Amino acid sequence: MSESRFRGTDRYIATDDLMMAVNAAVTLGRPLLIKGEPGTGKTQLAEEVARALNRQFIQWHIKSTTKAQQGLYEYDAVSRLRDSQLGEARVHDIANYIVKGKLWEAFTTDSQPVLLIDEIDKADIEFPNDLLLELDRMEFYVYETRQMVKARHRPIIIITSNNEKELPDAFLRRCFFHYIRFPDRETMERIVQVHYPDLKKHLLAEALEAFFEIRDVSGLKKRPSTSELLDWIKLLVAEDIPPEALRGDQRKLIPPLYGALLKNEQDVHLFEKLLFMSRRKKD
Amino acid sequence: MMTDFFLKLRRAGLPVTLTEFLTLLEALNQRVATHKVEEFYYLARAALVKDERHYDRFDQVFGTHFKGLTTLFDEIVGATVPLEWLHKLAELTLSEEDKQLIESLGGWEKLMETFAQRMAEQEGRHQGGNKWIGTAGTSPFGAYGYHPEGIRIGQEVSRHRRAAKVWDRREFRNLDDSVELGTRNIKVALRRLRRFAREGAAQELDLDDTIRSTARNAGYLELKMVPERHNAVKVLLFLDVGGSMDDHVRVCEELFSAARSEFKHLEYFYFHNMIYEALWKDNRRRYTEKTETTSVLHTFSQDYKLILVGDATMSPYEVTYPGGSVEHFNPEAGDVWLTRLLAAYPRAIWLNPQSQNRWNHIPSIQMVRELMNDRMFPLTLDGLEQGIRALQRSR
Repeated sequence: MSESRFRGTDRYIATDDLMMAVNAAVTLGRPLLIKGEPGTGKTQLAEEVARALNRQFIQWHIKSTTKAQQGLYEYDAVSRLRDSQLGEARVHDIANYIVKGKLWEAFTTDSQPVLLIDEIDKADIEFPNDLLLELDRMEFYVYETRQMVKARHRPIIIITSNNEKELPDAFLRRCFFHYIRFPDRETMERIVQVHYPDLKKHLLAEALEAFFEIRDVSGLKKRPSTSELLDWIKLLVAEDIPPEALRGDQRKLIPPLYGALLKNEQDVHLFEKLLFMSRRKKD
Repeated sequence: MMTDFFLKLRRAGLPVTLTEFLTLLEALNQRVATHKVEEFYYLARAALVKDERHYDRFDQVFGTHFKGLTTLFDEIVGATVPLEWLHKLAELTLSEEDKQLIESLGGWEKLMETFAQRMAEQEGRHQGGNKWIGTAGTSPFGAYGYHPEGIRIGQEVSRHRRAAKVWDRREFRNLDDSVELGTRNIKVALRRLRRFAREGAAQELDLDDTIRSTARNAGYLELKMVPERHNAVKVLLFLDVGGSMDDHVRVCEELFSAARSEFKHLEYFYFHNMIYEALWKDNRRRYTEKTETTSVLHTFSQDYKLILVGDATMSPYEVTYPGGSVEHFNPEAGDVWLTRLLAAYPRAIWLNPQSQNRWNHIPSIQMVRELMNDRMFPLTLDGLEQGIRALQRSR
């Protein structure tokens, strides 16, 4: 069991509570539901778990039109009908027209895989309910071929949600749950350090200062998150902006390359307005 | 001990079920968490709490149940405090400097020895002073005090920010919206409002059209697809907040959380007592972030159904006179704005949480009811159904 413990990776900083949630889900073979602000690394977590535990990574991205059945398998009746008109031989075996879904794929791998069900809240309200039994027993029945598909190894299932829809209680009951909090300054420093190890200490401190100040502005439509901070720092490094520029600008202008942090026209306006007001107060 | 904890969580209104509790026990059985209290806390939280809004309540229950780590371990190993365990506690609570200080003062063994001795000597509660185990003193033992190598006993919040336990920090405080979970009835009532329409990408086989086209195609198959049916109802929800609505907060929250999950196109705004020139979306920032009512009128098209929720209990001036609002000076009277809204959204109802038999005694309710063309319904399940029927009828 010791080798299957997740402790974060060289690219991903996991907090203690997150590690515990992942390890509990891995040990008991239950799905793990991850929520949190956008850009806090929910999707990345699954990839990193797969990497850390050296497992195959399967991603099932959910859209508003995704059906639970598509994750299991699809019976392509249309192409069978077409083939029958053209008189092809493969028409006689229905198995030729069963298209495997991601869940099926995860059930039949040689070693225990990591399956990411990304943004489950995008789908229809009934979607999670349709997967209850499959996730619980890790098996399903293919009616067309009268075949039972059973998981060879219970996959590690990680599910992310952006909270757009409430998930049904019956579904929640079967999962472990973790809410990724927005990282505090200390964790943030570690995260940045992991991504840009040779960043000047000075620049990092100033950048974080500016970043948390922007996050504290109330009324922003979309507050910048970790991924935006990382983008911004990448730009700062690429443009070779001196740390002093960040500090000086705090009082006068919007920080340089703000486009990486503020993604909304109204937010930029609001920010300009606030800076203008604070400057007037100082004068 | 665990069962007590479980029952306490349920009593605190957390929707914990037996399945989840068994999962936790199974995880403990498989040694997912070691003997560290933090680990147990994280594990219990991941297994039992499924919504970040409940984190705070969980923290509170956890805090009171495992109050002061001593009580927890009293139950496990009897009334004695094992040395190893105190080591653990000290590792959590003391900084590096503190540990060095302890070394300089004779080290752990000595500290523990003295502690055990004092434990034995002392009976009863003690506060202040610098020797006994108690609170707010400078003795190394006890709580709410300050001593670099002190042992903290039964204190929830660190006073010197040395060792706030995670659950005592209660970082999830403002996520708890304490909406009751019994919204299913309301959801079922709202479901009547669903109207399915075909919208979006073509996905379903249109059998009739396929047969027709195939026949026209001299027997060669030609498939025709149609978009799937979706709930296409659009709802504008205006909620009265504050003042006299305080008594009805719960039922409004229930309605709101039910409506939220039921409709894809739901827009909500808040107002106070009566509709005037501005509305807002966030109560905490209602004075800084207003939405002009006219811009709402221009943004949302006529096919939105309007549901106003308010007790309509106010002074009649607030309805009929410019400047009558209790909060600000309104250039135009409330009835002007309400009439405008109703003109823009012909399908509208007013849901009133005030009990129906009092309606006749409150003049402002009468006035609003007249303005609404009698489409005011009590905010009960029955009233909701009547209202929704009215929404479907009126054109």
